[in-house]
Amino acid sequence: MSPLSLLILGDGRFPSGGHAHSGGAETAIAAGRVHDAATLRDFCQGRLHTTGLVAAALAAGAATGYDPLSLDEAADARTPSPALRRVARRLGRQLMRAVRVTWPGPELDDLAAARPGGAHQPVVLGVAARMAALTPYDAAQAAAYDSVCGPVTAAIRLLGLDPFQATAVTAGLCGDMEHVASQAAGHAARLPAEGVDALPATSAPLLEITAEQHATWPVRLFAS
Amino acid sequence: MHLHHTDPVRAEIIPPAAARSGGRPRPLRVGLGGPVGSGKTATVAALCRRLRDTVSIAVVTNDIYTREDAEALLRQAVLAPERITAVETGACPHTAIRDDISANLEAVEDLQERLDPLDLVLIESGGDNLTATFSKGLVDHQIFVIDTAGGDDIPRKGGPGVTAADLLVINKTDLAPHVGADLDAMRRDAEAARGPLPTVLTSVKDDHGVDPIADWISRRLAEHTAVRS
Ligand SMILES: Nc1nc2c(ncn2[C@@H]2O[C@H](COP(=O)(O)OP(=O)(O)O)[C@@H](O)[C@H]2O)c(=O)[nH]1
Ligand SMILES: [Mg+2]
Repeated sequence: MSPLSLLILGDGRFPSGGHAHSGGAETAIAAGRVHDAATLRDFCQGRLHTTGLVAAALAAGAATGYDPLSLDEAADARTPSPALRRVARRLGRQLMRAVRVTWPGPELDDLAAARPGGAHQPVVLGVAARMAALTPYDAAQAAAYDSVCGPVTAAIRLLGLDPFQATAVTAGLCGDMEHVASQAAGHAARLPAEGVDALPATSAPLLEITAEQHATWPVRLFAS
Repeated sequence: MHLHHTDPVRAEIIPPAAARSGGRPRPLRVGLGGPVGSGKTATVAALCRRLRDTVSIAVVTNDIYTREDAEALLRQAVLAPERITAVETGACPHTAIRDDISANLEAVEDLQERLDPLDLVLIESGGDNLTATFSKGLVDHQIFVIDTAGGDDIPRKGGPGVTAADLLVINKTDLAPHVGADLDAMRRDAEAARGPLPTVLTSVKDDHGVDPIADWISRRLAEHTAVRS
C-alpha cells in the first residue's frame, strides 16, 4: 500500500469529472442556506455523516473485493432521488474511464462491462482503490474526503469564498472524515457475514429533494 | 502535434468505433475555442449548414451557463436535436476541455453510440481566456476563433490558443472598418506568431464566409479516413 496512491485518488485534480458537480451546494447557495464559511461547514458536515457515510461504506466494501454488482444495487436502494442515481452512475462511468488508465486491472474491466452506463461512483472508487493496492479504510477516506471537497470547491466558485477559509473548513472536518471512514470500514468488514444489510442507509432528505429541483433548472453552473 | 490515431492510451479511453460498427473509423473530433462572443457558435452553425448534406455531424457545447449555445443551434435548426449535446462545466469551461475531459468524452461516446454513421464531432468550448486550449485526449484538431472587434492586438499578444491552434480564425472582418481594426497587421502578427500553421480571415455570417474553414475541415476528414483505412 502506498499513501501516495491515496493522495492521487483523492486529489481534486484527478480527472474524473467531479469538478462539474457541486454535491448539492449550488441549490443550497441559491437558497441562501450556505453563504459563508460557517454555513458551508454545517452543510458539509451534514452531507458527510449521511450520504458521505453511505458512500464511504460502499467504497470500503468494494475495496474488500465484495461483489461490486451487489454493492451497486445496494447503492441504488440507498439513493431515493432518480436524479442523484443518474449523477452517481455518470460520475462512476467517468471515474471508471480515468482509473482504467491509471490503475488498470481485470476487476475494473469486468465492472465496466457489466455496467456500461456506469456503476455508482463510490463502488468504482472502491474497486479502483483495490487496484491501487489501497485498503478498505483508505477507500472510505477517499470517499469521505470526496463528499466534503466537492461542495467546498463549488462554494469557492459560486460564493467567491476566500479559498484559505474554505480549505480550513475541509481541514476542520478531518476528525469527522476519519470517524466516518472508520465507521464505514467497520460496516464493510461485516459484509461477508451479513450481506449488504451490513451497510448504513443514512440519508439527507433535503439533498435528495433539492437534487430533483436542480435537475430541472434551465440555467445552472454545475451538473448537480 | 496531432495525436496519432494509433495512440494506445486513446484507444483505451475511447475504443475505435470500428470495433463496434462494421469497420467504420471513429468520427474526427474538432474543438473550437476562443474568447466569448468571437463567433464560435456562429461558426459551428455555418459549418453544419455547409457540411451536413455530405458529412454526418454531431455537436457538443460547453456553455458557461448550460444549454445557451445548444439552444441557439436548435433554434437555427442546423442539426436534428439528437445530434446536439450540452455539457455542464461547473463554472470552469477550460477545465472541461483540458484538465478533466471526462464529461466531454462521455458526451462524444454517447453520440457515437446513438448516431451511426458519424463522421465529425464539433466540440465548442465555453468562451474563455486566451490560454484555454483543448486536450489531445479530447480532440484531433483545434480551431481558435478570435474576432476583429475583440482588439487587433490579440494576434500579437499570442497565448497558446493563438500560437498553437491547428487553425486560427480571425472572424468578423466585416466589422474591421467600424472598430478601427488593422486587418493587415492582424494577419502579419498571426503569421509571425504561428509560423507555418494556417490562419483564415473571414466573416462567418457572410455568404460563403465559412467556406475556408469548411474546406480545411474537409481536408482533415479526408486525411482521417485515409489513416484509418
Ligand atoms: N458582424 C459579424 N457578427 C458576427 C460574425 N460572427 C458572429 N457574429 C455575431 O457575434 C455574436 C457572438 O457570436 P457567437 O457565435 O454567439 O459567439 P461565441 O460566444 O464565440 O459562440 C453574435 O451576435 C453573432 O451573430 C461575423 O462574422 N460578423
Ligand atoms: Mg458560443
